[in-house]
Amino acid sequence: MKRENQLLVAFRKLLKNKLATICFILIIIELILVIFAPLFTQYDPTAMDTTLRLRPGFWAMDSELYLPGHWLGTDELGRDVWSRILYGGRISLSVGFISTTLGIIFGTLFGMLAGYYKKLDNIIMRIMDILFTFPGILLALLIVAMLGVNVVNATIAISIWSIPSFARMIRGRVLQIKEEEYITAIRSLGASDFWILTRHVLRNALPTIIVIATMRMASSILSIATLSYLGLGVPQPTPEWGGMISTAKTVMYQASYLVVIPGIAVVLTVICFNILGDKLRDILDPSLRD
Amino acid sequence: MEKVLDIQNLHAAFSIQKKDYEVLHDISFSINRNETVCVVGESGCGKSVTTLCIMQLLPKNGKIQSGSIYVDGTDLTKLSKKEVRKFRGKKMGMIFQEPMTALNPLLTIGFQLRENIINHRGASKKEANAIAIEYLKKVGIANPEQRLKQYPFQLSGGLRQRVLIAMVLSAQPDLLIADEPTTALDVTIQKQVLSLLNDLKKDMNAGILFITHDLGVVAEIADRVVVLYAGRKVEEGTTHQIFKNPLHPYTIGLMNAVPNVDLDEFEIRPIPGTFPNITEKIDGCRFNPRCPHASSCPKCFETAPEMIEAEPGHFVACHLKK
Repeated sequence: MKRENQLLVAFRKLLKNKLATICFILIIIELILVIFAPLFTQYDPTAMDTTLRLRPGFWAMDSELYLPGHWLGTDELGRDVWSRILYGGRISLSVGFISTTLGIIFGTLFGMLAGYYKKLDNIIMRIMDILFTFPGILLALLIVAMLGVNVVNATIAISIWSIPSFARMIRGRVLQIKEEEYITAIRSLGASDFWILTRHVLRNALPTIIVIATMRMASSILSIATLSYLGLGVPQPTPEWGGMISTAKTVMYQASYLVVIPGIAVVLTVICFNILGDKLRDILDPSLRD
Repeated sequence: MEKVLDIQNLHAAFSIQKKDYEVLHDISFSINRNETVCVVGESGCGKSVTTLCIMQLLPKNGKIQSGSIYVDGTDLTKLSKKEVRKFRGKKMGMIFQEPMTALNPLLTIGFQLRENIINHRGASKKEANAIAIEYLKKVGIANPEQRLKQYPFQLSGGLRQRVLIAMVLSAQPDLLIADEPTTALDVTIQKQVLSLLNDLKKDMNAGILFITHDLGVVAEIADRVVVLYAGRKVEEGTTHQIFKNPLHPYTIGLMNAVPNVDLDEFEIRPIPGTFPNITEKIDGCRFNPRCPHASSCPKCFETAPEMIEAEPGHFVACHLKK
């Protein structure tokens, strides 16, 4: 109850910032569109109709090719772009959310253990360093290549990829919190390490966790799009933004909108999460506060 | 009289770059129930280290080399980490110097008080709340119900120190360690906190170990005084003995260094020289480079003085007092 209060205070501060508010509203709209996708489109995202190939959208309304109903046009297999964007967003956002959550859980666990117990620090952080030596996407590629191409494996790959940076940041924060006098005070009152870690350290690290999670959400969405673009994320014909760009490559010169529209979806989502994370940090990060 | 704390021949050291430097040398003193003992000395003389030794909260590079620390008759140096943890809070509580940082800023006062009470007394949440209110009243906080819902940043320094005292006392420890609890407070609040501690001591029937460098505070609160210099005990006696008849040149120096407004000659007379670094090696009495009498006494440069009883209950370690 008390923590909610504080988060509410932070949230209210966030809404005072125009840019952050716009991003927040955009994300909410996007979530509603994606979750209730069937309400906003009548077409099946995978239903093909070769008689309706490459029909332009609202920007060519005067053209005889324009079909009312397909307001964003159709792709090279006659599928409705608007439904593919909506259903594709389900994949992008849920993969982003799940992999970020998994990343947070394990990253926080490792980061807290490494920061709190000096003995574990070297072991854990060296393992994280090994993961760090792979250039981001390469690690994900490796994992997907080993486990096979499907959504679950792509999610696992992106989670593992985000663990080391979470762990490193949380560890830094824990090292800082550990030295605070209130931790000594609590220890002098007879609190156990487990209690201190879960009740005091974790709670004080929470603002940092929220901020990096928001930022990570953006990069996870970008990662799943990248993986799908490379053909290692979501297999066809399941709609996914990166995959849509990938298949549209071949008809890019006839129908550039097939690349641009999913591109805009990715960019808008990523920018929104990034700005939100940035503003959240301004509000929550104690090192930046007065 | 029952001793709540009994320190015997305590030696402690810090290792800096793999070399051990002794910070406490042969410290012994005890505290009885219902008694306040002040440990005084300059910064770095080992006052805080003594408290950390008792709480077993020394930093990683510090260790107790030998000696024993009895709290309620149990030697803490022989206990495992887990057993020591059970002693903390329950048998001995500590009040810290800086009330502004000794509370978790993200949790309400109520949460922090309750968690401690539940932990030590096995009370339910509701009971803990009642006990928390009771103790906040005890430390003189008005409308405690409201305060419980507040965060540390909403309280002033004096209030926070009271909350911390309430938190420590709510576990009903037999030994209360106060490490310069009034240093960060302004003088009027300081006075209130001191008289509060005095009242509570009688109420709780506990022993208080009070660390300070302020002799005014000592005169106010102490029953007995232990004077430390460079990790050694140089003098011990009742407050009356120490103030009326200080024997060690260092204690005399400390007394003289306090400005006295009543005297015509209003002047601070500091002790010449500086406090020795722990890495410095000094033969004989550790105080000899600063002692006004040492130049006429070759023994001071050869052997460390032994503790002698100058009058009943008044001990001093000085060659000149033999």
